[in-house]
Amino acid sequence: MSAAEAAVKFVTETPVEEIERVKEWINTEEYKEKNFERTALVVNPAHACQPLGAQMVATGFEGALPFIHGSQGCASYFRSTFSRHYREPAAATCDAMTEDGAVFGGQNNLFEGLQNAYALYKPKMIPIFTTCMPEVIGDDLTAFSKNAKLQGYIPEDLPTPYANTPSFNGSHIHGYDAMLRSILQTVTEGQKVEGKCTGKLNIIPGFDGNVGNLREYKRILELMGIPYTMLADVSDVFDSGCDGEYKLYPGGTKMEDAAESINGKATISMQKYSSVTTMKWIESEYDGEKAILPLPFGVKKTDEMLLKLSELFDKPIPEELKAERARAVDAMTDAQQYLHGLKFAIAGDPDYLLGIVSFLLEMGARPWHILCSRSTKKFQKEMQALLDTSVFGEGCSIYINKDLWHMRSLLVTDPVAGIIGDTHAKWAARDAKIPLFRIGFPIIDRVNLHRTPVVGYNGAISMLTMLANKFLDIKDETCEDQWFEMMR
Amino acid sequence: MAERKPIKGITTEKTENLIAETLAAMPEKAAKKRAPHLGANEPTSSTCAVKSNKKVVPGVMSQRGCAYAGAKGVVWGPIRDMIHVSHGPVGCGVYSWGTRRNLMQGIPGVTSFPMDFTSDFQERDIVYGGDLKLEKLLKEADELFPLNKGMSILSECPVGLIGDDINAVAKKMENELDKLVVPCNCEGFRGVSQSLGHHISNDSIRDHIIGKFKFKEEAGPYDVALIGDYNIGGDVWAAKPILEEIGLNVKSVWTGDGEVEKIGATHSVKLNLIHCYRSMNYMCKVMEEKWDIPWLEYNFFGPTKIEESLRAIGELFDDKIRKNVEKVIKKYKPVMKEVTDEYKPRLEGKTAMLFVGGLRPRHTIGAYEDLGIQITGAGYEFAHQDDYDRTAPEMAKGTLIYDDVSEFELERFVEELKPDLVGSGIKEKYVFQKAGIPFRQMHSWDYSGPYHGYEGFKIFARDIDMAINSPTWDLVKSPF
Repeated sequence: MSAAEAAVKFVTETPVEEIERVKEWINTEEYKEKNFERTALVVNPAHACQPLGAQMVATGFEGALPFIHGSQGCASYFRSTFSRHYREPAAATCDAMTEDGAVFGGQNNLFEGLQNAYALYKPKMIPIFTTCMPEVIGDDLTAFSKNAKLQGYIPEDLPTPYANTPSFNGSHIHGYDAMLRSILQTVTEGQKVEGKCTGKLNIIPGFDGNVGNLREYKRILELMGIPYTMLADVSDVFDSGCDGEYKLYPGGTKMEDAAESINGKATISMQKYSSVTTMKWIESEYDGEKAILPLPFGVKKTDEMLLKLSELFDKPIPEELKAERARAVDAMTDAQQYLHGLKFAIAGDPDYLLGIVSFLLEMGARPWHILCSRSTKKFQKEMQALLDTSVFGEGCSIYINKDLWHMRSLLVTDPVAGIIGDTHAKWAARDAKIPLFRIGFPIIDRVNLHRTPVVGYNGAISMLTMLANKFLDIKDETCEDQWFEMMR
Repeated sequence: MAERKPIKGITTEKTENLIAETLAAMPEKAAKKRAPHLGANEPTSSTCAVKSNKKVVPGVMSQRGCAYAGAKGVVWGPIRDMIHVSHGPVGCGVYSWGTRRNLMQGIPGVTSFPMDFTSDFQERDIVYGGDLKLEKLLKEADELFPLNKGMSILSECPVGLIGDDINAVAKKMENELDKLVVPCNCEGFRGVSQSLGHHISNDSIRDHIIGKFKFKEEAGPYDVALIGDYNIGGDVWAAKPILEEIGLNVKSVWTGDGEVEKIGATHSVKLNLIHCYRSMNYMCKVMEEKWDIPWLEYNFFGPTKIEESLRAIGELFDDKIRKNVEKVIKKYKPVMKEVTDEYKPRLEGKTAMLFVGGLRPRHTIGAYEDLGIQITGAGYEFAHQDDYDRTAPEMAKGTLIYDDVSEFELERFVEELKPDLVGSGIKEKYVFQKAGIPFRQMHSWDYSGPYHGYEGFKIFARDIDMAINSPTWDLVKSPF
């Protein structure tokens, strides 16, 4: 036998005992410790990359065509992700850089891409954002897009805000932030008029995959009689009707409204962590008052929002919202017994986590494992302060920069009743044999959840209904005959 | 093969006019680039005139992915007992995690790894390079998932741009861990589509896996491998039993629900049966040259093609297999007739347009035709000339052929040809559904499947009927 032949190994089969051993081992404390020791490997992260967030914002303005400067494959991934989550078209173009782009830079791709995109899709604005590739080679978007206009590829007056959104920094919420700031900077340029006030509220929903939430904000503002402009309004874009005609630009924030937003009476952001730089910029440039509100999950955070709105616009809280609040509280007191003391695990974006935790604490439930895949000490502190406001926050733990494989270890060594997160958490939930409550982005394995609001008083009722009834279902499905009852 | 009957209302001239009119809306340079990729079908011509495998025209909405997508999503991802590392920033791994529906057996996290392993590159990794991180990562992965049979390293764009040497790391770690560690330089910017990713992956399987293993049992005369079936929605589990029923031993599957060591021992089979020609023909050719293994393309979509394929397979074996083939065909004939009896009355005379990846626009045509549906347009995201040459005879004269069709063009074509169904991908699905046109997502079987084999045809027929004849379409036009 030659050496080469000797090197050929037999196909092996892993002994059953060995499989059983590892199967049990991955559920142990010992494994958990080892799992938490890793520093290089990330397994099942609960976050995506910056340009995805940028695309969400870029889609949210009337007639705006998101333009990805970089690789074709990335564009395909972002579009697919949105289409899977919303079950809607997600229009975006790309200048499809390849090897030669990597060598010579992507200016020619950008020129040609802008020219074609403008001619074919007739956008009112082309927000441009990058993928890894042009970021690594250092393409200069300021110069490139200026040159594109100078050389006549697109009209001089076509707004082309851009954002640098390298995927090796931050996550989708940071891309959201960067692109929003850039669009606002571009569309409001020269629009500020001293002393002029539109009397309107600018509301920034933040990276929120729930179009129902956006609609709920608008409904609340209408009930309060507050005129508003939602900045990056994807509610119609990603929730358009089926009437026999495909529209490339269904809705979005009107360009005039976006431009006028700089003269607004007030600006609020509903998500702190996905609008950090935008709000900083608005703070220095916009007139009117500014506020960063907590995502209004549950009663208290909704109260906070309404009080702030009432204060900013000197409007009373309408009777209808008071009645809604009372109904939500009624629902919560009626059903508290089904959630009281139950431990939950949660994974998601910082603002979502803060909102969900606040709601759980109100219900007397315990947000036991709180995991944020990419975040900061600052967030950790804020979350801890929230936990500290309630006895139900005692003993709960926060994990930042950890992934869903860490979460799995937590679930199997220190069990909880359910996990709240996006679809990616379904593996951990299954291994831990607990239900996954799908709140967040993306939800690609259930229908219509993105249309059901979870913010506001009505949102609190929705969340409560989703959680409590699932536990009742489980009881009915799993209890022995003698415990199967008519009433629950 | 009999030439298709012409389709009512479709002529070469009409199709060419439609193409010309569509191109007229584009800037001159774009129209010039796109023109060679669109054409009216000439079934009798020896080569399809439509050009393919060229760069995407910047700024148009193309549906293409990248080399990484071809490597991770298609070739490597389905190998169930390996850890596939998406090496680079977080996005690529997240987006390709679980989204191609290549189902697999095994215990997730123990013996199978339908998960997202990534190095989640940060800025410092770009600046200082990610080789050391990769080494550490592989060690951590091996420690936490000890029953893995090997690891693949799939590089994302930045890895190639900053000049990291994953090949050296792989070599080093293969020795250190005494496991297969396979580098795959499939950075997304390489090539023009997913296709190069398939090729690069095939090359790395050739260089690192094939020939490294042997089966314990003696080689037999009926040993075959199933190449280019990725088990989308359980396709492999519907195709494999048929081959086994005719008496063949399926020794390994590439790569749907695949096991790496069996893949590494494939060079001992008697015949390679290839389903997705586009993604795996390279490997069949390698095994043919190096180990003298013949290969045959087959098609398990719909009874007509299944029968044709089974007979062609039988021809390469002895009487025993040939008899079995006839037995199997006879056994399933009534089952298939039941299916067509149920669905054909509602589908006969309908038309469909297809735009999918690298084989389905031609392979599924037979299944549609079994249901009485004619195909008026077909095209591919990332096919090559040989794919189009194989498509032309399957299509009627004058039908539309479109390569890397942009959303703008496809919308226009659909508007004009008014098919009863469009079969394409997730990005196109809702565009056409908003317009009130029934649609099936043909990359992923629209979360259904399998569509392969006899079992699959039943599901395919039901799904196509469900799509075209859903009463929901009647609600689209409001009465007010």
